[in-house]
Amino acid sequence: MSAPTYDLGKLHGGLRLKANKTAATAAPIRDMPVPAQLILPLAQHAGEPADPVVDVGERVLKGQLIAAAYGAMGVPVHASSSGTVVAIEPWPVSSRYGETAPCIVIDCDGEDEPYDSGEDTGEPAGLIADLSPVRLREQILEGGIVGLGGAVFPTAQKLTQASGCELEYLILNGVECEPYISCDDVLMRERADAVVGGGRILMRALGIERCHIVVESDKPEALHALGDAIAIATTADDTGLILKQVPTIYPSGGEDQLVQLVTNREVPSGGLPTDVGCLVQNVGTAAAVYDWIVKREPLISRITTVTGDGVHSPQNVRARIGTTVADLIAFAGGYTDRAAQLIVGGPMTGKSVTTDRVPLVKASNCILALSETPTTGVTRPCIRCGECAEVCPILLLPQQLHWYACADDEDKLRLHGLTDCIECGCCDLVCPSHIALTARFRQAKARIRELADEKARAERARRRFEAREQRLADERLDRNRELEAQKSRARRAGPEAIADILRRKRRDKEQDKKD
Amino acid sequence: MGIAVFVITALALVAGLALGIASRRLPSAADDRVEQANRLLPQTQCAQCGYPGCRPYATAIVEDEAPINLCPPGGAATVERLAKLLGREVEPLAVEAPPGRHVAVVDESRCIGCLHCRNACPVDAIVGAKGYVHTIIESECTGCELCIAPCPVDCIDMRSLR
Repeated sequence: MSAPTYDLGKLHGGLRLKANKTAATAAPIRDMPVPAQLILPLAQHAGEPADPVVDVGERVLKGQLIAAAYGAMGVPVHASSSGTVVAIEPWPVSSRYGETAPCIVIDCDGEDEPYDSGEDTGEPAGLIADLSPVRLREQILEGGIVGLGGAVFPTAQKLTQASGCELEYLILNGVECEPYISCDDVLMRERADAVVGGGRILMRALGIERCHIVVESDKPEALHALGDAIAIATTADDTGLILKQVPTIYPSGGEDQLVQLVTNREVPSGGLPTDVGCLVQNVGTAAAVYDWIVKREPLISRITTVTGDGVHSPQNVRARIGTTVADLIAFAGGYTDRAAQLIVGGPMTGKSVTTDRVPLVKASNCILALSETPTTGVTRPCIRCGECAEVCPILLLPQQLHWYACADDEDKLRLHGLTDCIECGCCDLVCPSHIALTARFRQAKARIRELADEKARAERARRRFEAREQRLADERLDRNRELEAQKSRARRAGPEAIADILRRKRRDKEQDKKD
Repeated sequence: MGIAVFVITALALVAGLALGIASRRLPSAADDRVEQANRLLPQTQCAQCGYPGCRPYATAIVEDEAPINLCPPGGAATVERLAKLLGREVEPLAVEAPPGRHVAVVDESRCIGCLHCRNACPVDAIVGAKGYVHTIIESECTGCELCIAPCPVDCIDMRSLR
C-alpha cells in the first residue's frame, strides 16, 4: 500500500468530540431490500426543482428518468426501483426550505426491473480517457449526481464552474468529522477502488493531474484500504494521487477548513476553494461518479448511517433514495424505548424532523435517533469568557456576534463576518452560559439575506422606474419635435396653402352631408 | 503697508473666485441628500405617500415639505433610517402596510388586453399587447397596486408571496 502523508496546514480552533461511530462500523454495509413505497422529492439538490416527465399511473423502471433537470442548477431525478407512479404531491421532507416539498410517489412492484435506455451500457474503463472533459461533465449531469457530503451542490455544474479557474488540486473529502456518521468510512473500507476510480474520472473531467484523498486519523481501516487501492491503480512513477491523513478534529471536514488543512491556503471570505486552486468533492460523490460512468448506475441509492441510542442495531445501510426513514429504522431493528428525537444528518449540523415519514434523499448521510438529551442547564447571560472565540474554526468572535445579533445590528454583524459562519456549532458546545449561539446566528443570517434581497429588489425597481421615466420623457420629446416640424412646414407653405387646405376640408364636410 | 493690502486683496479675490466656481460646478448637498433619502425608500413607486414615485417623495422630505412617515411599504425601519439621515424625530407610520411581500396577478380568463394596466405600471412589470392577454412579471412587481384601479374588468388581484 502507499502510506499516507502528514504535511499539513494549520486550522484554528475546533474540538475533539466523542465520536460514537463504532456501533455502526462494527458490521459491513447491509443492503436494504426495495421498500413498498418510494418518495422522491423533485428538489434533492441546491437549485431549482426538477421537472416531472412521468404521469400519475405510469409504470416506471429502475434507473428511468422521472424528472428532468430544470434551470442552470438543475439535476435530474431517476426512479430508484420499478413500480407505478401513484402521486405527484407535497410530502414532508427534511429540507432546509420548508416542511413539505413536491415529491413523486412510486408504489414498488418488487421486481426491481432495470431500465434499458437502448444506449451503450457503460464506458469500459479504458475508454474514459478518450472522452473529452466537457462530454464527461455532461454525462455526470445525466446521472443525477450531486455532492453527497451534505450540501448537495450539483456536481457537474461545480466541475464546469471550476474548469474555468486555475486549478491545481482535486481534494477528495473523506474526513467525515461529525460524530455518529460513518457512511463515508465504510464506503472507503469496502469500496476504496470505486473512490479512487471516481477520483480519476473527476481529475479527467477537470483536466488536472493532482488529487489529494484526505482521511481522518480515526479511520485506520479506510486509510489502509485506500492505500492499497491507490497502489493498484497507479504506477510507480505516477504520483498524482496522494493519500493524506489529518488529525481527528471537528470541523476539519468543512470544505474551506479542509482546503486550509491540506494546502495551507485560506479560502477568502465570500470566495470558493477554486479561488485558491482547489476543488473539494466528497468521497461518496466520487464513488457515485464511478458507478454512473463505468457501471451505468445513476444515483438511485446511497449508504446512510442509521444510528443513535434510539435504534436497536445501529448500522450502515445501502438504501434506495426515496426510502422512508420509518422503513430504514425498521430495517435497523426498530426504535428502542428511549428514542425521543429524530435527526436527519449529524448531531451538529443535521436537521430535526418531527415525523419519520420523510424520505431518504441524496443528502441524507445519517439517520440519527436519540434519547432525550440531558438538559444542559439554564441559559445565562454572556460572561465574555472568550471560549467560543478560542474554538471558532474561522476566527470569528461569537460573543461579539451574539451581542450584535441581540441588538439586530445587521451592519455590524456583516462587518464582523457573520456571513462566513459555517454553523459548525463548536461555540454552542463550549459556552459555559449555555447560549444557543448557532441558532441565533442562523436566524441573523436569514435576516441579512432577506435584507439584501429587499435591497437588490429596490435597486432593480429604481432602475426600471428611472428607465421608464426616461423612455416616457424621450417619447414626449419626440412628439413635441414632430409637432414643431409640422408647424414649421405649415408656416413655410404660407397662408394661401393653409387657406387652401381649410377650403378642401370644408368641401369634404359638405360632400359628406350631401351623401 | 501697500504690499500687505495688495496681498490680502489678491488672496480674497482668488479665494472668492474658487468658492464661486465650486458652488456652481459641484453638486449641491441637497441633491446628495435627495439621492441618499431615495436609496432608503423601498422603490415600490406606489405613490401612497401622495407623491408620484419615490424620488419626488425623497425630494419633498429633504425640502421639509413632507413628514417622513408616509411610506407604508418601507415600514417603521425606513422611518427610522430617514430620521437618522435627516436628523428628525422618529414618528409612527401614518398608515400601516400588511406584512410580507405582495404581487399583482392578472386573471387571464377575464383580461381583455386593454393596455390600461400596462401603462399604469411604474416599473414596466406588465407585459402585453393590444387585444392580447397581459401578464405580470412576478420578480419585477413591487406590489404598488397602481394597476388595479385602471383595469376596466377588475381582473387584477393582489397575492401574498409566502
